[in-house]
Amino acid sequence: MSMPARTPHRSGIRGGEAASGWLFTAPMIILLGMFLVIPVLMALWVSFSDWNGRGSPFSGSVAFVGLDNYSALVGGGGLAEQDFGTALRNNAWYVLLVVPIQTTLSLFLAVLVNRQILRGRGFFRTAFYFPSVTSSVAITVLWLFLFSASGAVNKLLSFIGVNGPNWFNDPSGVLHNIFEALGVETGPAVLTGNSFLGISFWEWLAGPSVAMSAFILMAVFTTSGTFMLLFIAALQNLSGDVVEAAIMDGANGWQRFWQVTLPQLRPTLFTVLTLGLIGAWQVFDQIYTGTQGGPGKTTLTPAYLSYQAAFTNQAWGQGAAIAFILFVIIVVFTLFQRWLLAERTVSARRMRLYLKTPTSGGFK
Amino acid sequence: MQRRNSRLLIGAGLTVVGALTLSACGSGSGFSSDSATTGGELTSDSSQGLSVLIGSSGDAETAAVNAAVAAWSKTSGTNAEVSVASDLNQQLAQGFAAQKPADVFYLSTDALAGYASNGSLLAYGDNLANKDDFYPSLVSAFTYDGEFYCAPKDFSTLQLLINTDLWAQAGLTDADIPTTWDELATVSATLTTGSQVGLALGSEYARLGAFMAQAGGSLMNEDSTEATANSPENVAGLEYAQTLLNDGVMSYASEIGAGWGGEAFGKQLSAMTIEGNWITGAMTNDFPDVNYTVAELPAGPEGKGTLQFTNCWGIAADSPNQTAALNLVEQLTSKDAQLTFSEEFGPMPSIMSAAAEWKSANPTLVPFLDGADYAQGVPIVKGAADVVSDLNAQLESLKTGNAQAILDSTQKNLQALLK
Repeated sequence: MSMPARTPHRSGIRGGEAASGWLFTAPMIILLGMFLVIPVLMALWVSFSDWNGRGSPFSGSVAFVGLDNYSALVGGGGLAEQDFGTALRNNAWYVLLVVPIQTTLSLFLAVLVNRQILRGRGFFRTAFYFPSVTSSVAITVLWLFLFSASGAVNKLLSFIGVNGPNWFNDPSGVLHNIFEALGVETGPAVLTGNSFLGISFWEWLAGPSVAMSAFILMAVFTTSGTFMLLFIAALQNLSGDVVEAAIMDGANGWQRFWQVTLPQLRPTLFTVLTLGLIGAWQVFDQIYTGTQGGPGKTTLTPAYLSYQAAFTNQAWGQGAAIAFILFVIIVVFTLFQRWLLAERTVSARRMRLYLKTPTSGGFK
Repeated sequence: MQRRNSRLLIGAGLTVVGALTLSACGSGSGFSSDSATTGGELTSDSSQGLSVLIGSSGDAETAAVNAAVAAWSKTSGTNAEVSVASDLNQQLAQGFAAQKPADVFYLSTDALAGYASNGSLLAYGDNLANKDDFYPSLVSAFTYDGEFYCAPKDFSTLQLLINTDLWAQAGLTDADIPTTWDELATVSATLTTGSQVGLALGSEYARLGAFMAQAGGSLMNEDSTEATANSPENVAGLEYAQTLLNDGVMSYASEIGAGWGGEAFGKQLSAMTIEGNWITGAMTNDFPDVNYTVAELPAGPEGKGTLQFTNCWGIAADSPNQTAALNLVEQLTSKDAQLTFSEEFGPMPSIMSAAAEWKSANPTLVPFLDGADYAQGVPIVKGAADVVSDLNAQLESLKTGNAQAILDSTQKNLQALLK
């Protein structure tokens, strides 16, 4: 290799590094900037402006309106607030059910197909992963057929004597239905009389509607496979030594899973929960192709409401504001869950357990 | 020094790129000013061809519009290209934001207020040569803030469809065709059997609103300046529907496993339905064996009433060749063109001069066109679509709900729009 004779007068051989570093990363920075940072900043501006969808949001006729768009959503008292509250309610129930169920189920499946003695592991892995690679639109259409009033699911239910609900047309909340079965038809005045974001606390407690429950089942069905893959990868990375040591210490299978395997999966668990949370809060395709928010607005979600506000109602500022509120919600949830899963020093109570010298039979 | 310089350079480079991107986004705004929206002076840059954006119901409609536009292109010498939108609202919005919208496009009554208020639309109604030929109710459906915005493309009304075989089986004759609410309730009861319900319809304002109209009510007054949603007339209309639902002689289509009234009717899950003339296409294609007849909806306490649905041919304020666009729209709304459209894919012509010919060509569908005399439009104030969808959500549980409470909340929401 011949070196150039002339070297920069100060920094010697490493002089050009910064510049070439920037040069090599420039394409990516420009691409990300153009297609990610700038659009996000534009949307942020739109959420603070009265842009009405015509021409550039930066033209002179567009005015800064401060927090008007946001306050209409969280305190306007009108339909916008009520819709936003309804959408948040629906999506919160969706998240509350989808994330734990899909995480548990995917971990369970991963542990099952990771067992050495299982025959045809490849087949099961593919089978469980299959729904994940199918397009969500196709699955939604399939779901609409399966869960129609006279569809396959209700046929199956009828074999065991259950008169299935009219899934995608039933706006009644699952919890409300349970309350009703227990004889509680209307909520106590303290719940029905007070409201948050335009809908009463009793409505917040409605639970997911029957229609939303079908979507919850679908989300669990489609995403469990993906997360199962992540868990399998993590399980295969675990060294056998630790488990062997636990066996020598006399831990049974159940204890080994909870005390040995699961703590080692913590980073993967964090990934799965975070991805699950983000995906569940942003649910859109299913709603757009399936129900468009119906029946009775019980499958309306913030992501779909944002789309609807902007593209159908020309309320672009409000649509952007919904998107940013959703963004904040997701960040807050992720931080919370990061804190929840953070490695902590072992508590004194736990520590005592470890300090006790195990007897020959292990600690029972 | 070196390091800082290169950082500065990169920073400057990124700023330039950013600025270029932003200015590219705003490039269209140079000439925009609102000169075009007043309808005074039309742009006429004849070097530019026209683009026509439609939301098509199927191949028949696409082919018919294509043929009509091509024919106009030939005689006028102006290029025109038809494209079919997969999501009309979204594609229109993108065009308006970029200030490169389609020149001529389908526009629904729902979308009118939004686009008219942000200046995207050319209010060309008064420039139309055939302006006085349109049904007055359709003209008022596309009049926003006192200006007639766009030419109604065609329209539909709701009427009563009756399955003639089931009708005869139940021992009913032509004389029994209901003309009052009581008669409707009676025949519905007669037609309700174990496997079929007398009357099925969609659970939305766009169907149940017909009962409100028959009772003499409407959501807003005619020029959408005042909310009248919780009037006693509207309550009476809804309560009548509620009674039919609770008596089991009327069902929502969704309750009996159908997507819409037409499907329930075609599958013979119901003996009657309330739908618009679009149902004829579905009946011919999907349920050719079902014999049916169309009757006018029965009159309520305040006489006949129905709802009308319509679209118009919008012209963009940013279109460089509005003169040609207007000319094209005149051609597309002419009697010949509309009668051809009607023959190809079934809509009713929006002009009165085509009525007689249409009636003689479609003798069985006459009640639909007769509805034009007393039909009521949907509210067109900005944001009304949201209020109506909220009303629809509540109407789904009308059976157990309280009509007055439902309409009170709609009244509150509509009033909020007028502030």
